[in-house]
Amino acid sequence: MHNELRNGARRLRAPSALLAAGLVTLGTACSPDEGEVTTLTSIDYNLAEPQNSSTQAMLDECGEQVGVEIERDAQPRDQLMPSLLQGASQQDLPDLMLVDNPDLPQVASTGALLPLDETGIDTGDFYDSTLEIGRHDGTLYGVTAGVNGLALFTNTAMLDDADVEPPATWDELGDAAEELTGDDTTGYAFSAIGNEEGTFNFEPFLWSNGGSLTELDSPEAVEALDFWARLVEDGSVSQSVVNWSQADVKDQFVGEHVAMMVNGSWQIPVLDEEGMDYDVAPLPVPESGDDPATPMGGEVWAIAQNGEEREERAVEVLQCLLSEENLTEWAELNAYVPPKEALAQQLAEDNPEMAPFVESVPTAQSRTAELGEDYPEVSGSIADAIQEALAGSGSAEEALSQAQQSVPTS
Amino acid sequence: MSARLARIGFLAPIAVYLVLFFGYPLVSNITMAMREFTAASFYTGDAPFVGFENYAAVFGDPVFGTALLNTAVFTVASLAFQFAIGLALAVFFQRHFPLNGVLRSVLLLPWLLPLVVSGTVWRWIYDQEYGVLNQVLLSTGVIESEIPWLASTSVALTAVTVANIWVGIPFNMVILYGGLQGIPTQLYEAASLDGAGPWKRFTNITWPLLRPVSAVVLMLGLVYTLKVFDVIMVLTQGGPANATETLTTWAYSLSFGDLNFGAGAATGNLLIVLALVFAVLYLRSTRESAAAEQERS
Repeated sequence: MHNELRNGARRLRAPSALLAAGLVTLGTACSPDEGEVTTLTSIDYNLAEPQNSSTQAMLDECGEQVGVEIERDAQPRDQLMPSLLQGASQQDLPDLMLVDNPDLPQVASTGALLPLDETGIDTGDFYDSTLEIGRHDGTLYGVTAGVNGLALFTNTAMLDDADVEPPATWDELGDAAEELTGDDTTGYAFSAIGNEEGTFNFEPFLWSNGGSLTELDSPEAVEALDFWARLVEDGSVSQSVVNWSQADVKDQFVGEHVAMMVNGSWQIPVLDEEGMDYDVAPLPVPESGDDPATPMGGEVWAIAQNGEEREERAVEVLQCLLSEENLTEWAELNAYVPPKEALAQQLAEDNPEMAPFVESVPTAQSRTAELGEDYPEVSGSIADAIQEALAGSGSAEEALSQAQQSVPTS
Repeated sequence: MSARLARIGFLAPIAVYLVLFFGYPLVSNITMAMREFTAASFYTGDAPFVGFENYAAVFGDPVFGTALLNTAVFTVASLAFQFAIGLALAVFFQRHFPLNGVLRSVLLLPWLLPLVVSGTVWRWIYDQEYGVLNQVLLSTGVIESEIPWLASTSVALTAVTVANIWVGIPFNMVILYGGLQGIPTQLYEAASLDGAGPWKRFTNITWPLLRPVSAVVLMLGLVYTLKVFDVIMVLTQGGPANATETLTTWAYSLSFGDLNFGAGAATGNLLIVLALVFAVLYLRSTRESAAAEQERS
């Protein structure tokens, strides 16, 4: 009996030693492969169909054209940055990365991205504004295959019934929202959720009123937030918007609980699928004649510094992804605006509901142009300020002067 | 000699496990909190040492006070109600009645559901315009106008806490019910013969004999509640305007929202210290009661 126990103990020792050895070797097992480049890696967050399979198809096709195999990794949206940072800490980033444009400065600030200005990537007839979202500290690190923006979606039947025209100014918007608010519906909605989505929805109002992201306590900024807060106070906008993502806002619109909404062009295919009868108008501006200023949305392709040969191949693949044919296909699938002017104009002609979005592109602003890698923190503070003004006890002025403290002073 | 080796062999797996999966993350969290750790630091490995600046920034942030207070209110209220309701149910199920077992298993459901699922259901219940809660309260005349349960800074924390209490009741009930089974029935019989009523029996038999189990339940409950994340994330994401931000959700948003990993790590460490303080208190109290027990026998 005693002996048996002893033997048992001895037998156990070997596996535990093996386990320890295994754990040590795990750390050194993966190193980049040398020699002829035959495979490239890529990452994106296009998990929804049809984007998922079309991303795969485009990468396969471009890989074949360049003569490499592309291993694609698709992650949920909120896992993309953590996964990139993890890769960065191992000096092992994917060769091609499709990153949401406000996140680009963070990735670029690591120094891991290839500057694209001198790689010969052709961005000739791109709108300047679409190139701006790929720049960090004046250098081009990312190129977009399609951009999006915000506009005002209106429920055609509900507006007709109430005899209301799609509003063009803030005053008209306030009146229309009040008019369209009934027992079971609110006139108007936007996302005021406590993250980047809420800030993204507020920025056009901030900017078109002459405010800026670096002076959040300016009278223009306070006026813009006051306008939002009053709509909620009047009941023309549900206070629940502080918990609504843009997708939630779309659901409320589809459910006809909301007559007008601020949302992005990417909702167009969803609304069409639901058989909605809707119109799209540019976002209302403070006074008629004011310039609209929407934030530029969309993803940019970036390339990692993974050695000359891999970089060259990745540039060739990116060039193929940016071919006119691919840009058009991408724009039609996603309801995005192609970054090339001629293509965008053609799209607006073919699809009238895309016209307001195409129109907004030349004046659309990059969210990170002023703040660079400090943008996420300031964006978070703005979202907090919006929520404080809409759902809390604080005034817009107090909330924004609080938010101003997160803006770096230098 | 070989006995000694065997002993080491038995110890090695757990030691390796602890060092790798507990020691290493803990140490890197502590050092990360003392560095200016940004997104760039991941690639360059360059994270300048800043001492306690991250902690100073965390303490100086107006959100810190809110998050700390919210954490305290959320934890104390959750524990108190989960325990009280769980105990009441456990005592109730001690009686013999038909369908006792079935009902008890049904009551376990909240604990079995994934938190994201129950969170989503609560989100619907709380919905301002179409949620069942407001509909019921309105139609019974309890309230005059809809309450924005999750969209108002004044009631959101209460709403989130109630949802969390619901999630935690089954756990308290099951463990306390188990504890009740361990109390000899003769004691109750003897007490009844002496003329003790239900309340006397509860305060003089059930409560003192249940104390060790209660201590375990409360201790585990405390740790679970301190680190509650999913319920809050699904319901409010810490909003509106940080009204439901706890130290846990704030640490997450500092790290993965603001990408300020140093401050996020510092907040995480504060949470660990908090949990540790209570763990030490618990260990001391059990040691004391064990010592007292030995003296008695």
